[in-house]
Amino acid sequence: MAILPGEVHVLAGENGAGKSTLMKVLGGIVTDYEGTVEIGGETVRLRSPQDAARRGVAIIHQELSLVPTMTVADNLFLGEMPTQGGFVRRRAMDDAARAALAKVGLDVPTDTPMERLPIATQQLVEVAKALRHKGKVVVMDEPTSALNVQEAERLFGLIAELKDQGVGIVYISHKMDEIERLADRITVLRDGEWVATRPAAGLPVPELVRLMVGDKGVAPVDGSPWSRGAELSTEAQAIAQAEGRTVGEALSTPSTWEATSEDSSDAVFASLPSADPPTVLPSSRPSFQGEPSSEFALEVEGMTVVQNGRRVVDGVGLKVQAGEVVGLAGLEGSGNSALLLAIFGAFGRVPGTVAIEGQRTTIRNPKDAIRKRVALLTSDRKTSGLVLPMSITGNATLAALPRLSKGGWRSDRKERDVAERAKADLSIRTASLDLPVGSLSGGNQQKVALAKWIETNPKVLLLDEPTRGIDINAKREIYALIEKWKAQGMAIVVITSELPELLLLADRILVMHRGHVVSEMARAEATADRVVHAAMNA
Amino acid sequence: MKKTPSQILQTPAVRALVALLLVLAYGVARNGNGAFFRFGTHRDMLRSVSVYGLLACGLTLVVISGGIDLAVGSILALGAVFFSLATIHWGWSPALAIPATLALGAAVGAVSGLLVSWGRFQPFIATLAAMVTARGLAKEISDNQKVSTVVTMADGTSKSAPLPKVFGMIDQRVLGDNVAVVTLIFLAVFALTWVLLARHRWGRELYAIGGNEEASRLSGVPVARAKMLAYVLSGAFAAIAGICQAAQEQQGDPEAGAGYELTAIAIVVIGGTSLTGGRGGVGLTLVGMLTIGYLDKILSLNAVSESTRLILTGAIVALAVLAQRSRK
Repeated sequence: MAILPGEVHVLAGENGAGKSTLMKVLGGIVTDYEGTVEIGGETVRLRSPQDAARRGVAIIHQELSLVPTMTVADNLFLGEMPTQGGFVRRRAMDDAARAALAKVGLDVPTDTPMERLPIATQQLVEVAKALRHKGKVVVMDEPTSALNVQEAERLFGLIAELKDQGVGIVYISHKMDEIERLADRITVLRDGEWVATRPAAGLPVPELVRLMVGDKGVAPVDGSPWSRGAELSTEAQAIAQAEGRTVGEALSTPSTWEATSEDSSDAVFASLPSADPPTVLPSSRPSFQGEPSSEFALEVEGMTVVQNGRRVVDGVGLKVQAGEVVGLAGLEGSGNSALLLAIFGAFGRVPGTVAIEGQRTTIRNPKDAIRKRVALLTSDRKTSGLVLPMSITGNATLAALPRLSKGGWRSDRKERDVAERAKADLSIRTASLDLPVGSLSGGNQQKVALAKWIETNPKVLLLDEPTRGIDINAKREIYALIEKWKAQGMAIVVITSELPELLLLADRILVMHRGHVVSEMARAEATADRVVHAAMNA
Repeated sequence: MKKTPSQILQTPAVRALVALLLVLAYGVARNGNGAFFRFGTHRDMLRSVSVYGLLACGLTLVVISGGIDLAVGSILALGAVFFSLATIHWGWSPALAIPATLALGAAVGAVSGLLVSWGRFQPFIATLAAMVTARGLAKEISDNQKVSTVVTMADGTSKSAPLPKVFGMIDQRVLGDNVAVVTLIFLAVFALTWVLLARHRWGRELYAIGGNEEASRLSGVPVARAKMLAYVLSGAFAAIAGICQAAQEQQGDPEAGAGYELTAIAIVVIGGTSLTGGRGGVGLTLVGMLTIGYLDKILSLNAVSESTRLILTGAIVALAVLAQRSRK
């Protein structure tokens, strides 16, 4: 793969394709690689981020890499502060900081602590930091994920300027409109291997998607997702993962490394044209209009969550029938996740009422919620879903411990039975149930998290991004499970940032924007366009 | 799944045992003219390390939950002083004094637990406060004097009170002179801790909280209550250690147990229980206790000065942590 001066080179690929890892090699973060990197015709070995920066590679990370308690100026010069005899030259640093900020059109006091700035501003500071060096290559890893439209525009303007200055830009993004707009050339990676490099002009979106997804990925947008007909066995894939992927021609010569990158946002298909609703679904879809309230498994009214003085969820109502899947769409920060957390009692008691099967109840905390047979799969299994060092059995039984123990004493036998059953029902692939759950692949971790909630025997199942960061086969398995639980009469609410997934799973879609439900549509009338439109503007 | 030899070597239990075996091998090599091979050496080692072991059991619970308890040494002193006052000066029967001392220790632990669980203090800060306060209480109720059988009267003269029988009962050897009662008390507390961690729901909850507190809370684990209970038990165990210490010294010393919390933490860490929480166990703590106990005993058999012993103990702690880290 070659990056020319003055071009925007888009790096495209599914989750785990190796994009971020490849960029970490360029940024000197991953130093254990094979293959060569040449900059300006000179073969270099990048040994550290400082090394990469000196050689003119600037990286703008997907996750912010800033110190929240330090000031803007400190962050801009972290690791390279101008000093005199070991003391920081404060004034010189502030001046240089102001200049760097001006370049990205930011006007904030340089002594503001980072944490006081809004995320979007922090992101721009990150950009300013990367551009401070006279870079030959600037790598941007999903730089707009935290920016609003205007801020993104400012960034695009900046990119144009850099192009004019002859800087080569590597741009990683899942957003098709950005790719279409910015790309001069596109390189596609899949499963850690180079697939193709093409001029953007000759690569229409459907073709690009086909390259990214390969043959295995076509099914979720066109076929019947419930058939487990994924011919590529997940075992084979897991083995491939464990052995480390080979990124073929990506860096002139083959490079290998442990592929552990897992992109947090997983919106590869997000702006694809909507799929036709699958026809293989059971037709037991209940009607939801004008029914007496006792028909609803879950009724929420006037739910309100206030965080930092902002009404994150503002008087939202939600009704879900048994055997119904309601999709809760909305952009990051729309309040959909907060709504589920609030229903589940994660914020303690908040304004609003909840009724389960027509019975008004008070849910003060998650324990209450579990007792009332409400379950919530959180969006991030690593930080709030699983206890990674604990065994699979320990995790799968955690929420159901009161039921599985007698007078406070646990029963290893009962727990093992539960875990064995979960392993079979959810096809969890593991050598042993005693292994720490953190040692499993993402998809299997997610299944353990689901197993934990199914073991509580819920009537209401709230799923926040149930397929985030997992491979396509595991996704299909989870779709099938959701369908099964729905057929068993659970009332299910799903949040997902992948539109095809939403359209596939949901019988009915509610769209949230800034704490309000702004639109409701039945599956028959829902299209990707309509959902996106509703999610963007109230 | 078959484990390769290197994987087996990487389990914390095996690592801890290797450290213990190294110390024992050193004892065999430098056996102090055969003193190391005498049964009495081992019996006395167990007796003298039991008090630390009691503190370490409670600490293990707290550490697994992701916390730390600096107050155990001070609670030991408070327990020792209170128990001596109650039995020698106030004439309480052991049947009353022992539960009362335990309750006092548990109460101090409960304060730490309240600050940590509901006050959202960092465990280090909360138990630092409890540590200083408990030491102050011990000095307060004892008038900063050692509480012994010598009772100073109002007119300045002093008379000697009889030493209550319970002191002798605790500081004796039983089962044919083969094991100290203090060691048996430690073993009972160890067994209780083990069964709670391994078999009780609360033990599982502690591991879960130490591993991921937010995930535990969202899984319905009563986080605050479970953490609270760890500090309460830690306090109660420290009070038991205080009673043992008083019995061994035949007095309640308000200065007793200073720095013991650090030895207890060292024992937990050498065993391989992770200070970040969620991993480890009291079985490891037992191995850690034997390692520290034998190291100290062997070095003193070889007439190594106390200062050198301290330096070596510090080095062992650092090595133990280093060995744990290379696991990942």
